Order: sequence, then structure tokens, then C-alpha cells
Amino acid sequence: MRQIWQSITAPWRALPARQRTIITGGIAILLLLVFPAVDKSMKWQTLNDVTDVLVLVILALGLNIVVGYAGLLDLGYAAFFAIGAYTTGILTWPPHGLEFNFWIVIWAAVIVAALCGIVIGTPTLRLRGDYLAIVTLAFGEIVPIVMRNLGNQTLSIGPWRLMENFNLTNGVQGLNPVGRPWIGSFEFGFDPTPWYYLILLIAAFVIFANVRLQDSRLGRAWMALREDETAADCMGVDPIKTKLLAFALGASFSGFSGAFYAAKLQAIFPELFKFNLSIMILCMVILGGMGNIKGVVIGGMLIQLFDRVLLTQTTLIARGVGQTLHIAQLATVDLSLWRWFFFGLAMVIIMVLKPEGLFPSAARRAELHAAEESKTAETIG
Amino acid sequence: MALLQAQKISKHFGGLTAVSDLDLMIEQGMIASLIGPNGAGKTTFFNMVSGLYKPTSGRLLFEDKEIGGLRPNRVTIQGIGRTFQNIRLFANMTALENVLVGLNCRLKAGWAGALLRPPTVREEEVKARARAQELLTYVGLGGQGETLAKNLPYGLQRRLEIARALATDPKLLLLDEPTAGMNPQETVDAMALIKRLRDELGITILLIEHDMKVVMGISERITVLDYGAKIAEGTPDQVRADPKVIEAYLGKGVVTGLKGTKNASALLGKQAAAGTGR
Repeated sequence: MRQIWQSITAPWRALPARQRTIITGGIAILLLLVFPAVDKSMKWQTLNDVTDVLVLVILALGLNIVVGYAGLLDLGYAAFFAIGAYTTGILTWPPHGLEFNFWIVIWAAVIVAALCGIVIGTPTLRLRGDYLAIVTLAFGEIVPIVMRNLGNQTLSIGPWRLMENFNLTNGVQGLNPVGRPWIGSFEFGFDPTPWYYLILLIAAFVIFANVRLQDSRLGRAWMALREDETAADCMGVDPIKTKLLAFALGASFSGFSGAFYAAKLQAIFPELFKFNLSIMILCMVILGGMGNIKGVVIGGMLIQLFDRVLLTQTTLIARGVGQTLHIAQLATVDLSLWRWFFFGLAMVIIMVLKPEGLFPSAARRAELHAAEESKTAETIG
Repeated sequence: MALLQAQKISKHFGGLTAVSDLDLMIEQGMIASLIGPNGAGKTTFFNMVSGLYKPTSGRLLFEDKEIGGLRPNRVTIQGIGRTFQNIRLFANMTALENVLVGLNCRLKAGWAGALLRPPTVREEEVKARARAQELLTYVGLGGQGETLAKNLPYGLQRRLEIARALATDPKLLLLDEPTAGMNPQETVDAMALIKRLRDELGITILLIEHDMKVVMGISERITVLDYGAKIAEGTPDQVRADPKVIEAYLGKGVVTGLKGTKNASALLGKQAAAGTGR
């Protein structure tokens, strides 16, 4: 069996690596481009979910810069997503009377998210490892709470009233509606297809940026900091500047996602940006393979597709089976209620079998399997 | 001309005085050594020069500019490179990438340059890679560019650390026990390399070393520290004959016992060599 497989794939493996990348990449791009048409003709109705998946993949790619490249464990990344979304909401919510054009707002969201990255980065620069994780965790909790409490604020110092019933975020109800993008006279509406192509475009840009950053002076500085901060400092890498750039650039990508998500959902409220989301994004990065762009993209897609598409589809199948076999429990089962169970199970299995992620970067694989190798060497020796 | 000057420099850790009122002068173009028993304050001095510790008092001048208290990366940019006693390479990066990190502070591309990659950045990248390869070849790691640093044999890891420090384009190179843990052949090779750095590249060298063969073999000037203070200074011959040095290494009784004998210096050599076995 193995030999047959190898003889079939031999011509493929004989191709130079570069050509193989171009061919597989080309096929992947083609599939992504025709996906809406396929989805429509097959009546899958998954396009909306796939679009949301891509939003999360972009978030994972942003977090990959902070966690994967620079090695800064960030447990509150959803906060930057919230900041991007709220920037969009605040600048386009009709009661504010601003209603800026979406194409301007999305860049504003990116800039505001990046600035917030610097704001959270600055006080935490001297922290390492666990301490940094705890501070970012707190930041991730603070942001949604602030958003919830910035509705109807009255602020007065003595006799002066600085703000009276100032409503920035509309509290728990959140901002609804949020401005949609226009191209000429075409408005992005409830049809998911234009949204899908827009997020695909943003994803392409974010992947491109990840690739370029990884293989650059800055990317090497991040990796050096991750490996040994003291040594990197002594080799002329400015740790403060380099870490701030990781926070700012990582956050800026979530600004894109946040703006897109707010506009697509047409409503944002604090509940959307809970701790779960930060952990979900972190899991996407770790499961796919930290520091590896392909791993993060595919790993993220797998988790999300499993969660949103596979579970609902299997629920339908299980119900169908239950109805035909007259098993009452199976006919009314809802597997998506079990999503966190399956999610946890999958994480445990993968972390035991492949701790470096599904598609690890070469360095990570070496790091996590070094212990085994030396053990084997000892046994042989 | 004095390249590095320490003037009455001290470092206290709480109640412990690691270095006290040390005066030291490193002339341009020399190979100088810092020796002394364990805990004498040698590495503390290195850490002050390279910016990891801020001196408690005193002045530290490099090319007549104050560098005491500067952050390590600023010190490196001024032109002081270093290696570490316990090798601190970027273990999961390739040898070439390690050297490229050393070159980082001499490159200009920022984040926008990384994203847009204009011709200037492209050209800089190509040049940097060529330079890194050149440095690897110089220290004898020419064919190992793609090997992960941690997969290199011990002796080559020490060489890679030197290549990485060279990439920062130093005028002064601090080597912290460059031959520790090496076998005799590797030690001889390392000594030859250190000599070449000075003779061919004109880099001033200050090294900490326990192996007396290395110290006596390549240094032109030796400073001996004990309990954070300078107890002797001079050429290898002067230091070897100094009773205070022998006392610091071997203890007082021995010195009185050996006083006047010519074997004292031979004994010092033996004792120090035995110390390298750790």
C-alpha cells in the first residue's frame, strides 16, 4: 500500500520545492475563489460561517506575531478585536451622527488597535512569561467591561459637569446598527458573498504581511527575543522597541478583523468579546503550530470548521438517523451543545500526540522533540 | 590610546561588594586578560561594561564617552561585543540567523520596510546575508549556515558566539571564558582565532580565562582580581612573578613556604590548569 502510494506521488515529490508550493498555493487560491459558487449550487449554506472562520483566522495570524514570533504569551488578545470593532461601531453608529465611510473607518480601527497595543505593551515590557500572561489576561477582561460601562456616563468635578449622560458605547445593548461598506452604489447587505471576498482579500493581505515580517530584520529580532532576551539585548536588539512593535503590529491585524466583523454583524455588544474568544484564538495558534503561518491558517480553519460546520452537519445527520431508527434521544440531539467538550478533547489529543502543533515550524519541532532524540541517543549509545 | 577606561568603578549587590574601586585601562589593539579566583568579580565587571549591570559608583569610559548605565543594546551599538561564559546562542535559530541577529543593529529596515520591501531593503538583506556567510566562514563555520545553533558541537557553538559578536562590528570584544570546556586541540584553535581577530581585524580583546596556558600564551596585559579588587597588573611575566597573585590562588601559607623558590610560578600554572577541569 505504502509503495503504491509512493510510486504515485514520486513525480510530485521530484518537483522542486518552489514549484510544489506554487502549485498547491495556486490550487488553494482557486478553491477559495470558486467556493461561494460551489456553496450556492450545492445549497450548503456555509458561506456565512466560513466568512466568520476567516475573521478568526486573521485574529490567529495577528496573535501569531505576538505569541509565535516574539514569544510573548498574550491571553487577552480578544481585547484588540473588541477595540477594532468598537472603533468601527462608534464611528458609524447613527446616533453619534458621525457615520464615516467604512473604508476610512477600517483604517481607523487598525490604527486605534495598534495604539492600544502600545498602551498595553508599555507597562508590561519588563514582565516575562507567566507575569505577562496574567497582565494581558486582566487587560482582556477590562476592555469588555469598559465598553459595557461607557454608556450614559456622567462625569463631574465639583460644580463642573464634564459629561452628562454621555453615551459612547450604549452599554449592554451595544451599538446597532453599524455602518456597512459601499462600493459605488453597491451596498454590502445580507448576501454573504461580497463579505466573503472582502475577508479573503484582508486575509491575503495579513498572510502576506506575516510572511514578509517573518523573513525580515524585525522578524529575526522577535525570534532572538523569544529565544534569549538577555543575549538579544547584548547583540544590539532593542527589546523595548521590538516588543512594542510586536504588540502594535499584532494588534493592528485584529483591527481589520474587528472592523469587518462589526460591519458584517451590524451590531456589537460587550458579550461578544469574552475570555473564551482569547483562548479560542490562542488554541488556533498553538494547535496549528506556533510561528508557522501555514499551520496557523490551517489549524485555525480546522478548529473553526469543526466547530461551526461539522458539528451542525453531524447534528443533522444524527437526528436523521435517530428519526429513521425511532431513537428519541438521538432524534433531538444537539451536538453543538457539546462543542466545548469536543474542543477540549481535540486539544488534549493533539497536545499529547503532537505538542508542536499540526504544522510546526522547524524550530518548534526541534525544540519539543529534542528531549526524545537525546533519550533515543542515550539508549543507543 | 585608551579604548576602555574604568575609573574607581564599584558594584554592590545589597551588602555584597562584587567589584570595588576598580581602575582598569584597555589600550587600543591589545589582547588583555582578566583573571582571578572564582567569585573575584570578573564576570560582574564584564556585565557592567556590556550594560547588564549598572555600576554602583565610578565611571566607565569607552572612547572617552561615558557608557556606565547604558542599556546593553546601546553599548553594543557604541562598539562593544561580547560572548557568554555559559553559551547563550539563539538555540532554535540557524547559525546564519544567529549571525544575522548580530548584524541587526547595523541594518536600517523598519517594519514598513519589512512589509513593503523596497529595493533599498532588498539590497540591504542580500548584503547582510553575504556578510553573515563571510563571518561564518571566517570563524570556520562556512558549511554550517543552515544548522540549528543547538545542533552544533560544543566547540563550534563557541565559535558561532564569536561570529555573532563580530557581526555587531565591535571595536572591543569581551570574551567570557572562550575556551572553557574545550579539549586541548580546540583550545589551541580558539587561541589562534582570537589572535587573528586582533591581528587581521584590529579588534581589541578583553578576555576572562581560567586556563593559564591561554592567558599566558596570548595576553599582552593581565589584570588580576581578588574579592573585587585589583591585586596585580602587568605583562604575563610580571604577573606570574607577583607574590600577591600566587597568594590569591594558593593561599598565604603556601607563599611563605615557597618564597624565594623559582617553582612558585610553575605551581601557579598547574593550579590554574587544574581549575579548568570543572
